[in-house]
Amino acid sequence: MIPAAFEYVAPASVKEAIGLLEKHGDEAKVLAGGHSLLPIMKFRLAQPKVIVDIGRIPGLDGITAAEETVAIGALATHDAIERSQVLKEKCPLLPETAAVIGDMQVRNRGTIGGSLAHADPAADYPGAILALDAGIVVMGPKGSRTIPAREFFVEMLTTALKPSELITEVHVPVLGKGMGSAYLKHPHPASGYAVVGVAAVLTMSGGKVQRAAIGINGVSGKAYRAAAVEKALQGQAVDEGTVSAAAAHAADGADVQSDLYASAEFRAHLASVYTKRAVLLAASREK
Amino acid sequence: MAVTKLFGARIKRREDPRLITGTATYTDDLQLPGMVYAEIIRSPHAHARITKVDVEPARRHPGVVAAFTGRDLAGKINPIPTAWLIPNSELKTPPHPPLAVDVVRYVGDGVAVVLASDPYTARDAASLVRVDYAPLPAVVDQVKAVQQGAPQIHPEAPGNLAFKWSIAGGDAEKAFAEARRDGVVVSQRFVNQRLIPNAIETRSVVVRYNRGSGELTVWYTTQNPHIARFLMSVVTGIPEHKIRVIAPEVGGGFGSKIPFYADEAVIAFCARETGRPVKWTEDRRENYLATIHGRDHVSELEMAARKDGTVTAIRGKTWANLGAYLSTAAPGIPTILHGLILTGCYTIPNVSYEVLGAFTNTTPVDAYRGAGRPEATYLIERLMDLLAAKLGMDPADLRRKNFIRPEQFPYTTAEGLSYDSGNYPPALDRALELIEYRRLRDVQKQGPKDNRYLGIGLSTYVEICGLAPSSVAGAVGFQGGLWESATVRLHPTGKATVFTGTSPHGQGEETTFAQIVAEELGLPIEDIEVVHGDTGAVSMGWGTYGSRTTVVGGGAIVLAARRVREKATKIAAHMLEAAEGDVVFDQGRFLVRGSPDRAKTIQEVTLQAYLAWSLPPGVEPSLEASAYYDPTNFTFPFGAHAAVVKVDADTGEVELRRYAAVDDCGRVINPLIVDGQVHGGLVQGIAQAMCEGAVYSADGQLLTGSMSDYAVPKAHMFPTFVTDRTVTPSPHNPLGVKGVGETGTIASTPAIVNAVVDALRSFGITHLDMPLTPERIWKAIHREARR
Repeated sequence: MIPAAFEYVAPASVKEAIGLLEKHGDEAKVLAGGHSLLPIMKFRLAQPKVIVDIGRIPGLDGITAAEETVAIGALATHDAIERSQVLKEKCPLLPETAAVIGDMQVRNRGTIGGSLAHADPAADYPGAILALDAGIVVMGPKGSRTIPAREFFVEMLTTALKPSELITEVHVPVLGKGMGSAYLKHPHPASGYAVVGVAAVLTMSGGKVQRAAIGINGVSGKAYRAAAVEKALQGQAVDEGTVSAAAAHAADGADVQSDLYASAEFRAHLASVYTKRAVLLAASREK
Repeated sequence: MAVTKLFGARIKRREDPRLITGTATYTDDLQLPGMVYAEIIRSPHAHARITKVDVEPARRHPGVVAAFTGRDLAGKINPIPTAWLIPNSELKTPPHPPLAVDVVRYVGDGVAVVLASDPYTARDAASLVRVDYAPLPAVVDQVKAVQQGAPQIHPEAPGNLAFKWSIAGGDAEKAFAEARRDGVVVSQRFVNQRLIPNAIETRSVVVRYNRGSGELTVWYTTQNPHIARFLMSVVTGIPEHKIRVIAPEVGGGFGSKIPFYADEAVIAFCARETGRPVKWTEDRRENYLATIHGRDHVSELEMAARKDGTVTAIRGKTWANLGAYLSTAAPGIPTILHGLILTGCYTIPNVSYEVLGAFTNTTPVDAYRGAGRPEATYLIERLMDLLAAKLGMDPADLRRKNFIRPEQFPYTTAEGLSYDSGNYPPALDRALELIEYRRLRDVQKQGPKDNRYLGIGLSTYVEICGLAPSSVAGAVGFQGGLWESATVRLHPTGKATVFTGTSPHGQGEETTFAQIVAEELGLPIEDIEVVHGDTGAVSMGWGTYGSRTTVVGGGAIVLAARRVREKATKIAAHMLEAAEGDVVFDQGRFLVRGSPDRAKTIQEVTLQAYLAWSLPPGVEPSLEASAYYDPTNFTFPFGAHAAVVKVDADTGEVELRRYAAVDDCGRVINPLIVDGQVHGGLVQGIAQAMCEGAVYSADGQLLTGSMSDYAVPKAHMFPTFVTDRTVTPSPHNPLGVKGVGETGTIASTPAIVNAVVDALRSFGITHLDMPLTPERIWKAIHREARR
């Protein structure tokens, strides 16, 4: 559990960090909270030559609200997100998600930017980020751009980030009147990662679902929106039978994963049960 | 006996401040001048012929001091011995070379070692060692291993059979014939899955060899430094008086630090060969492969009973997976510590049981908390529930009906043990009361709520612990004694040092032993230091395992303290100019009967004992005494545990709602420490039922090779445990104590499985194998629902 030798640099600004990434290319890895990178380095599954520690760059960990969105700095820790009063009021799905990541030690160190950039399909944020249609703000040598959540997760451990690009912020919408959200997960008993994690955001109108957004992580090789469930819920009243029937499609089209703990068959079943429960819970929280 | 507040006091552990503030010194904390770091290169194959080992590239790496292969050690280090040679079992003990020479037999088997100036260089250099393997077919399952045609692991053990052990009492065959004619028989195949001990501190050893004096000093994560010294002498040929083994702070063991491992012999070789102090510390991944595992039994059992629920016989067979080599105590665990307790706390007059020990291409298996007794308790307690279900009896009533009755003690079991004392019904009654058993049974009758099913599980147990006496150790082939030593030494200023041959590593005996001495000698507890874990300081001892430390070690300490008091009384009488018979001792003061104003404190007497200006005739100076205590029997703690669960039929998830443990460990020295031992034991036992389990692929790769895959239990998984006790003192040891380190793991596993199966009874489910993962439960529900 001793990593291979590496060089360590701690840039003082995003610009400097991007310069270092450009300089070292494939040989560099970005370090934020370190909770994904360091374990794989200790197993020598990753042996980067250069570690670019962005954790000391000032001003990247704020959480600030605007009219319609909340901007979360890439270095905001899971713990900061869990405890953020701003988010609890404006976008409670994210604190609810952050609260069930790993354990307290992980939440104290791990960051939202690091987690998203790592793109572990069993991490907890991706489902919420997708269900919220969040924007991932990135900075690269050619300036800043915003990647929509749906385009961000490409495949297992791969994102739409280009080489030398850094996540700087995540923009999530303010959940207004008529909206309710929930994140429910079945954690792996050893790793704490989501075997199944379902984020539901409902917009209700006159007792019916105007719009449903369901993001699911843990089930397949990348987090996804459960389009069939969303479609089945649209325009429907939220009752157990309707939701149950809609949730049966939770794993439709997904490349359902299988491991020692949960077979694909069981995982798909859990996805349906957890989708049903998350939707019912989200509806009960309508503002 | 003097009455003080210390014996029985709920005082905080004196060892904890240093442990929780990071000021304790563990083996890996040691830094010696000139020390080098070792990295052991391990086989990635479960079974393979070694065709070439080339350490030259590693030797050439900058910073590397030396590198050795199995051939370099051959003839210089003896094979690693097995120390429990169970008799009448055709036991085979194939040689276990410290580093593999021709054949590797499990993933993790050591093949070479590299020494470097720092651990990073050692790790880098290890990756340069080139080993060529010709893979051989492997077998990981113990039932398959002993079948014809299985790959053969050791030429010395045909059919991979390490031993064939059996025990019988009464006439099981007749009892089963009767039950088949006019009673009931239940039978079941059980799996006690393999567990990984996961002590928070992995194994570590620092060895220094002094070429001038020929002395070998070993700092070592061991539960039994004197046994380690003896075995180190056996493998290195260095005489015992030239070896000192020190167990610094040891961060948990759970049995995994009893064995003497091949790795430690390799490090001793390296230190002797290079003349440099050598440190080796396992990383966690290595710990999963190279430190022993526990349990791993497959059993087929049946139980016979009359229609009224009177159990008449139990019989069956177990296949015990021993891994690739016989670890130090391995043969005794699934036999002596397991088969002898099969009938549990019940009057079952007929027993017939066979255990096959099998070699497989897996990590060696040895003692893990409870060691054999959890496996036995699981079998009998699951069978009792299966029988209760078949008879339509309440499982509590069935247990009560078959308990050994209080007036039957001492009770000789069908296996031949003599249970010294017990009073089982009150413990069961109390456990039922604590979980509101009757009320919950009524709630259960109302059916599930939200598709969540209520289940109640019981486990009533008795265990063998306080491992001793030595005569029994000899009779069952344990290559050592099981007595304990103690020295209680008072210093001129009235402070005391207590030396014990046990080696506590988390159990809190620095506190409980001080409580014992404080009570016996009337000293303030802070004036007493407890020294353990150093063969240079303690004359002899057999270590800490088998819930023996307080029973046997504490017994020796109380005897030594009483000898000190006897001598002090003589000196006090002389000082008080009174007849010895007129001097009484009360809470640290020697008083003359009838003249309460004439008194000397123990501190005043101690000072005189050292000044020796005026001692009574025939009394030698100083004030210390030693005792060597060998009990006349094991101790037999017992109790009743009750678990309440809710099973979500939609997901298979189990929620543990309530858990009550009523244990009888005899007299209690420190209730806080006893509760702590029970809590920790419960967590480990419940985790076996619910989430832990080591899994190998068919070709011998450990699939649960890290804490990301192997589910070590976490605090949030458990409710607040409810603990209580009954007190039935052990009649044969001077403290009346029985041991409590393993009761939690022994009792809790079947309580949980019984509860979950109870919850699922309406689905027609009668048994589920562990761990009770949601998928296993969900599939069972759906399998039965489809029928």
